[in-house]
Amino acid sequence: MSTHSDMSEAAPALVPCWSCKGPVASRALFCSTCGAVQPPGQTDHFMRLGLMRGFDLEPDQLQKQYFGFQRRLHPDRFATRSPKERALSQQQATALNEAYEVLKDPLRRAAYLLRLAGRVVNVEEAATVNDPVLLMEAMEMREALEEAETADDVAELSAKAEADVASCVRSLSKAFAADDLDAAGSLTTRLKYLGKLAEEAKARRIRLTRQGI
Amino acid sequence: MLLQIHEPGQTPNPHANDKVAVGIDLGTTNSVVAIAREGEAEVLRDAEGAGLIPSVVSYGDDGSVVVGRAARRDLLGNPDGVVSSIKRLMGRGLTDVKSLAGTLPYELDEAAEGGMVRLRVAGRTLTPVEISADILRAVKAQAEETLDKIVDRAVVTVPAYFDDAARSATKDAAKLAGLDVLRLVNEPTAAALAYGLDNQAEGLYAVYDLGGGTFDISLLQMEKGVFQVRATGGDAALGGDDFDHAIAEHFLAERAAVVGQKAITSAEVKQALATARMAKECLSSSPYGEWFIEMDGETSKHRLEREEFETLAEPFVARTIAICQGVLEDAGVVPSEVKGVVLVGGSTRVPLVRKRVAGLFGQEPLADINPDEVVAVGAALQAEALTVGSDTLLLDVTPLSLGIETMGSIVEKVIPRNTPIPVAMAQEFTTYQDGQDAMLIHVVQGEREMVDQCRSLARFVLTGIPSMTAGAARIRVTFSVDADGLLTVSARETVTGVEQEISVKPSYGLTEDEMANMLRDSMVHAREDMEARLLAESRVEAVRSLLAVQAALSVDQDLLSADELGVIHAAMAEVERTSREGDRAAVQAAAEALETATKTFAERRMDRGIRNALAGVSVDRLNETLAEEP
Repeated sequence: MSTHSDMSEAAPALVPCWSCKGPVASRALFCSTCGAVQPPGQTDHFMRLGLMRGFDLEPDQLQKQYFGFQRRLHPDRFATRSPKERALSQQQATALNEAYEVLKDPLRRAAYLLRLAGRVVNVEEAATVNDPVLLMEAMEMREALEEAETADDVAELSAKAEADVASCVRSLSKAFAADDLDAAGSLTTRLKYLGKLAEEAKARRIRLTRQGI
Repeated sequence: MLLQIHEPGQTPNPHANDKVAVGIDLGTTNSVVAIAREGEAEVLRDAEGAGLIPSVVSYGDDGSVVVGRAARRDLLGNPDGVVSSIKRLMGRGLTDVKSLAGTLPYELDEAAEGGMVRLRVAGRTLTPVEISADILRAVKAQAEETLDKIVDRAVVTVPAYFDDAARSATKDAAKLAGLDVLRLVNEPTAAALAYGLDNQAEGLYAVYDLGGGTFDISLLQMEKGVFQVRATGGDAALGGDDFDHAIAEHFLAERAAVVGQKAITSAEVKQALATARMAKECLSSSPYGEWFIEMDGETSKHRLEREEFETLAEPFVARTIAICQGVLEDAGVVPSEVKGVVLVGGSTRVPLVRKRVAGLFGQEPLADINPDEVVAVGAALQAEALTVGSDTLLLDVTPLSLGIETMGSIVEKVIPRNTPIPVAMAQEFTTYQDGQDAMLIHVVQGEREMVDQCRSLARFVLTGIPSMTAGAARIRVTFSVDADGLLTVSARETVTGVEQEISVKPSYGLTEDEMANMLRDSMVHAREDMEARLLAESRVEAVRSLLAVQAALSVDQDLLSADELGVIHAAMAEVERTSREGDRAAVQAAAEALETATKTFAERRMDRGIRNALAGVSVDRLNETLAEEP
């Protein structure tokens, strides 16, 4: 699926193993000579979890890879080892958790892919939106939410918001597959807003159902 | 083989087999200790067969300390010297506790300096950490007596919803009691571990844990030996004790109607609470009961029916149900997706609790492992997993969001709740005045937007920021939460490269000095313990370096002349010898000498590696193929 090829196919960079001081590939998790756990090193989240770089990701596959790496690298596996090994395993597990959290969420995954491609989409902060269609949609949704009085009305709006999110994710998948980064960029912004609306609708639905208990 | 080399952790040590690791459930009402051997956990019981050790400490005027059932018996005889439910105060400050005023049968030391709350007991001033340490010492002693072995390491459980200060306090208490904490594990996670291993469970499970003083609800995904916490929530001050208080208040109100309104001492509150507890336990199996309260020579009679008790308990149970709904929503899960509900904690024996939990999840909850012991069983299994090894793995999350105070007392979240741990996240902040050279960093924990509605964990000042115009400095604040759920915060100015890292201890924790004093005062020969631990650590490190050199020799020995090899072997023999019989300084010196002796060897190995790589020979022999792992 991915068109962004790996940086290089050349021989892997070598660094001295901190424990036995011999050569070890900079991306290796363990030293091939002495078996010591290595520091996490610089790599992208996909490679860290042994996955192909791309937007389409099977949640089961992601979880399986994540569990597989954590099984070997989690600090619980190093509880009786030397302090240095414990610290490194914590760094490794931290890096795995970060990769997992980013890749698990379609919005963060899309923004991350764009960043890897040299484009900036900040999903954390409010970016200026200059898409009039999106602005209009958001306004209409908020108005509808404010006017909705019964739990059923809100549930309907909430379901619609969820459907919008799902459809936007499908469009994003197509855009990334076609390597259309401009489209992917604006869809990512769109996904962010749709996600927010879906959250608001959900929060409202929960408040309404809670009152009914 | 030239040298006999042992795996780390199996260092030849004549006493190694006499030292074991246990799992401890340090509960609000009762504590339990268990040990696991080859995946089978067993609760350690006293001579009379009791596994529950009441978390009650009785301090005598003569300086004596009694823990457990004997202490609970003292409740009526020596009420002012007896402390119970101390877990409720772990990691709490005086202001937190004042909000509970009137409900706590303690006398607080208002004048005490520092953040941590202090209790006045039998003429002494004690912190909750010291009192918890007394409980842990008794638990450790019981385990040692039953096993006839030294217990020096433990997995200690904490409520999932415990904040950072309470976690630190628990770890400090274990340290004071002479226990090395292998890991702090969340109680619901431990319970799930106990169930998961027994039942080979797969899928989504909810653990409903209502103890004496805390409530926790966790959702866990269990998948082929991996226990992943999806979401967690709770209330660190909600539990069966609240039922007792409600009943006690009811009894005292009834009594006031009969004998007249009188001021009540804290000793009398304790007596009323003890009666209320009996009533609660009785009403879990009987439809009604009658109790007597005798104070000041006047006796009053109280009859209570289960229905009335349920009316008194209902608001508290309703709160737990609302918290469960919130956690389900957090995880995006509907109750019907939950495959099973595990009940933990003595308070889940109350029929009303079972009824409401069954109602929410649409199924009868599981309770086939004793709810009082299931947490300790899970902790013991985890202790074995950590020391001996295991196929299972626990992946836990942060229970509460961590954030920092920004302008206008608004909280900026840095790590949201339910983030998998260990985790490290950084956020950049800047100065808002020209030439500003210091910045106050205030770390808070909680879900609310305003600082004063969250729990203040720590404040520290980052100084030495180079003089710049407002907004030019880039201060990167990094939050790290380790696998125990403990937080470290560091800050660094990135523009000029001026680095300043500060690790903070929570405001309500003990300072290093206080900890050192307590260790000195305690009877556990703490200094020697500490030295022994450091020695053990340096031995583990020495053996690690020895194994590393041996591994290197097995592949690249041909890079060395016979003389050079001889020098390395001699250095290895020295490390081997000192790690067996030397003190810490000798072990470290030998390890350093080995490092020096192998320096040239290491350089040649790197050169060879690079030559091979250029020639197209991959040294990446252990290229991970995790996907194929079972």
